[in-house]
Parts: sequence; structure tokens; C-alpha cells
Amino acid sequence: MRIYADNAATTKLSKTALNAMLPYLTEQYGNPSSLYSFGQKAKEAVEDARMRTARCINAEAREIIFTSGGSESDNQAILTAAELGKAKGRRHIVSDTIEHHAVLHTLRKLEKDGFDVTYVPVGANGIINASDIKAAIRDDTCLVTMMYANNEIGTVQPVPEVGAICRERGILFHTDAVQAAGHLPIDVLKDNIDMLSASAHKFRGPKGVGFLYVRKGIRPYVLIEGGAQERGRRAGTENTAGIAGCAAALCEAVSGMAENAKKTTRMRDRIIKGLSEIPHSALNGDREKRLQGNVSFCFEGIEGESLLLLLDDMGISASSGSACTSGSLDPSHVLLAIGRVHDVAHGSLRLTIDEDLTEEEADYIVSSVKEVVSRLRGFSPVWRELCAGEREFIL
Amino acid sequence: MALYSEKVMDHFRNPRNVGVIEDADGVGEVGNARCGDIMKMYLKIDGDIITDVKFETFGCGSAIASSSMATELIKGQPVSEAMKLTNKAVAEALDGLPEYKMHCSVLAEEAIKNALDDYYEKNPDKKRVSGDSNREKVEETV
Ligand SMILES: Cc1ncc(COP(=O)(O)O)c(C=O)c1O
Repeated sequence: MRIYADNAATTKLSKTALNAMLPYLTEQYGNPSSLYSFGQKAKEAVEDARMRTARCINAEAREIIFTSGGSESDNQAILTAAELGKAKGRRHIVSDTIEHHAVLHTLRKLEKDGFDVTYVPVGANGIINASDIKAAIRDDTCLVTMMYANNEIGTVQPVPEVGAICRERGILFHTDAVQAAGHLPIDVLKDNIDMLSASAHKFRGPKGVGFLYVRKGIRPYVLIEGGAQERGRRAGTENTAGIAGCAAALCEAVSGMAENAKKTTRMRDRIIKGLSEIPHSALNGDREKRLQGNVSFCFEGIEGESLLLLLDDMGISASSGSACTSGSLDPSHVLLAIGRVHDVAHGSLRLTIDEDLTEEEADYIVSSVKEVVSRLRGFSPVWRELCAGEREFIL
Repeated sequence: MALYSEKVMDHFRNPRNVGVIEDADGVGEVGNARCGDIMKMYLKIDGDIITDVKFETFGCGSAIASSSMATELIKGQPVSEAMKLTNKAVAEALDGLPEYKMHCSVLAEEAIKNALDDYYEKNPDKKRVSGDSNREKVEETV
């Protein structure tokens, strides 16, 4: 059996998206900036994609900037708020400790540039408290940036509450919705979102394309200088096929959302129930407020990379927040932020499933993980010491 | 390209000499759970020969493969030979390790040296043979 359970990393391109892309990779190769009709055909495709993308999040077409994906959108959004803040002498930003590196590293760059950033901590359930965000806001705050849903532990954040707080205080609110777009209903008006980042390859679109929503009236910072594409807000000849694929995938995901969510949630819960039977294990992130496809666990006494390699042998593609899988020394900052100590965070496993996962596959995942965990514990000195009472169990 | 060589994967999938020796003549442990790698080595020594060796490892694929290979390299060898074991020899026997995983082979060498130190401590009458380790310089990562 081959099971792809790493949909938070990337997803399989949908047939609809592929079909929407093909003409622009073959016959319709014109440059959207050219004035002859051959180019204008491509331009129409981009503008149609823009309109359809906007509709999916209750935005207007002119509020959508197509980018190279989530990272670029995050960078552009944060720098937009920073530029506007600078002009008003406001150099404080509120964020949190479980953001993606595309956000965290951009914030770090701003800190070097004289900005002050408050990183609001999360609770043990991986959810940020809207009241903590509110308390962190100062008179010189120019931006609140908080993700919609976390990529590692799947927790869904209180976006509408934080949006309302920001709107009341007149502060820009950006949300990294890379894991949420196409999976959770998003309404930028109702949720008071000023800027929103999304990436096509997380909702069965192609890689290397995404979009940034910037509410009308906000002047975006230009990250990529050059031609007048994207109404001067992002230079570079448009990735016509990618943009067409992005819009097609998003529309498809949004129209099938309710049904897919139901199917995926059922399988997620089945896997969570099965893995909870493993002694000295713990689910990471809130049991209820989590993405329908996310299962994240820590298993005491083992290390994540070896877990992934053995699962790969059994045909299962998964991921881990272990240091060894990232080539860094520390395990995932998200697991540390929710209070998992290093020893336990190294033994983490993330399975992110989609709506196509069958019951049989879910059960195969559970039995495989159980087998691999007990095999690795079988020769782990840590596990033996834990069982012998020479070391205290954490989980 | 695969992350690891076939040799590494073989030793990772089927680690040799896994387990504990209850009445070991020397026991060595290196690493800590905080940084994600712990290796424990058990030696049985008869005369000057390492007659049995077992290991336990908490760690990534290359840590498990490195400990397995290290036990293979010293099993049945005189203590004097084991003292000369280098991390480089372990890595070479595994057909190489990715650069950022070289520290796993260092841990394997150190675990064995620790176990031999323990053996000498318990047997002060034994004349210590010194190894001429020419371990590759690896940034200390603890
Ligand atoms: C929450 C989050 N933000 C940003 C990104 C970056 O997206 P991209 O790979 O499209 O640049 C990712 C993808 O890993 C993500 O999960």
C-alpha cells in the first residue's frame, strides 16, 4: 500500500486544475502584457482567475495580487504594514510563537531594522487567545499577524475575534491562511481581514503560485520591482498557467469543502482514536479546533526521523518536527511553544490526510505506526529506563 | 537520490547486535534525549578479546545505523583494535553519511570508547592501550 499522508507539505494537483492550466502551457502561450489578441487571451485568463479567486474569499478582484506562493505573500503583507507603520512612526508588531518561518524570519528582519515585535505565547492546546493579542497591542502597533491555521499541529486560530479587535483599534490585520484556504470557509469581510496569504499547492493547485489579498485602500509595498504587472504591485510576467490552476483548484476546493471536510474529519478522528491507544503518547494541538486533515502526535522514548524512515518502508509518507529531519539542532518551534520538552518533541509525527483516504488506509496507518513505535522502543535506552522507573515519564 | 546509502538503510532496518548485556564488563553511554540522540554500548570482554557487544539507541536512522556498524567493527576484535576505532571508519563502512549526520558516527565511536573506559576502570590491573583516534573534526553540537 502507498499512502501519501503529508498534505500539509503539498498536495496532489487536481485534474480540474491541470485541465485549466494545460492551454496556457501549450497553445495559449502569449504574454498577458502584449496588446495583440493572442496576448490578450492570456490576460483574460489571468483576470478571470483573479475574479474567481476573489469570490472564494468574499473579496474583490482588484484586491487579489498573484504571487509565487505563501512565502512571498507573507513577506509582502508584513512589509506592507511595516512601510505604512514607519510613515506614521508606528514600529510595533504583534504576532505569536507558532507562525511559519516565512512570517517569523520576515519579522526578525524588521526587528533588526528597529521594529519591536511582541510574540504572544500559545496555550498548551496550540490556540492563541484573542485577549492576549488585545493585551499586547500598543499605541504604536502597526500590524497584527496571526496565522489562520497552524501547519504542524493543525490548530485553528480565533481569526474573527482578532480581526474585530484590530478593526476596532485601527490596526492592520494579516493572516497567513496557507493551511486554511480551500479547507476552511474564509470571508475576509466578515472576519475583518486586511491582508491574507494563500498558496495554491496546499489546495491541490500547482506549486510556485499563490496570492495575497490586500483590502482596497491599503497601498501594498512592492517586493518585486520591475514591470507594471499586477497593477504595479508585483512585477514579472504572469505565471499564466499557474494562476489559472490556482483559481481552478481553489474554486473546486471551496465548492467541495463541506463534503470533503466531513469525510476527512471522520478519518482523522479514526486515526487519532487508534494512535491514542499507544501508551505514553499525546495528541498535539486542540482536539476539536483543528484542521480536518491534521493528526499530530508525540511518542515518548523514540525519535521522529527513524519513525518516518520505517513508515516510508511501509509505504506511508509522513512528516515530523524532530530536529533530525530538519537538519537543525532544535525540534520544531511549534512543539516547543505548546510546552513539549525537547525529549518528547523529537518523537513527533505529523500525518496530514485528504478526503481520498479510505477507512482501510486509515486503519493501515494506525497499525503501521503502532508497529513502528514499538519496534523502535524495543531498542531505545530511553524507553527501557522509563519502563524501569529510572526516568520519569513525561507523557 | 536517497537520503542514506543502502548500507545505512540496511543497518537501520536490520540493526545488528541490538540489546543489553546484563553482566557486561564495560558499559558506555553518550548523548542525551534533549538533543535527540542517546547511544548505550555493552561489552563482554574475555582475556583481551571483545567476545560480545550489544547496543541500544534512541535517535535518527543514521544514529541507529552507526551504532550497529560500530558493534560489527569491534565484535571479536582485541581491545587494542577497538581502541583504534574512529568515527571515520564507521562512516566509511556505511558507505558514507550525509555531512550533517557525521556526528552520529562520532557518537558511536565515543560510546565504544566510553564502554572501554568503564572496562579499564573496573579492571585496574589491565594495561591500558591507547587508541590513536584521528576522528574527523566535527563541530560539537551539544
Ligand atoms: C503556514 C504556512 N505559511 C507559509 C508557507 C509557505 O508557502 P509556500 O511554500 O507556498 O511559499 C507554508 C508552507 O509550507 C505554510 O504551511
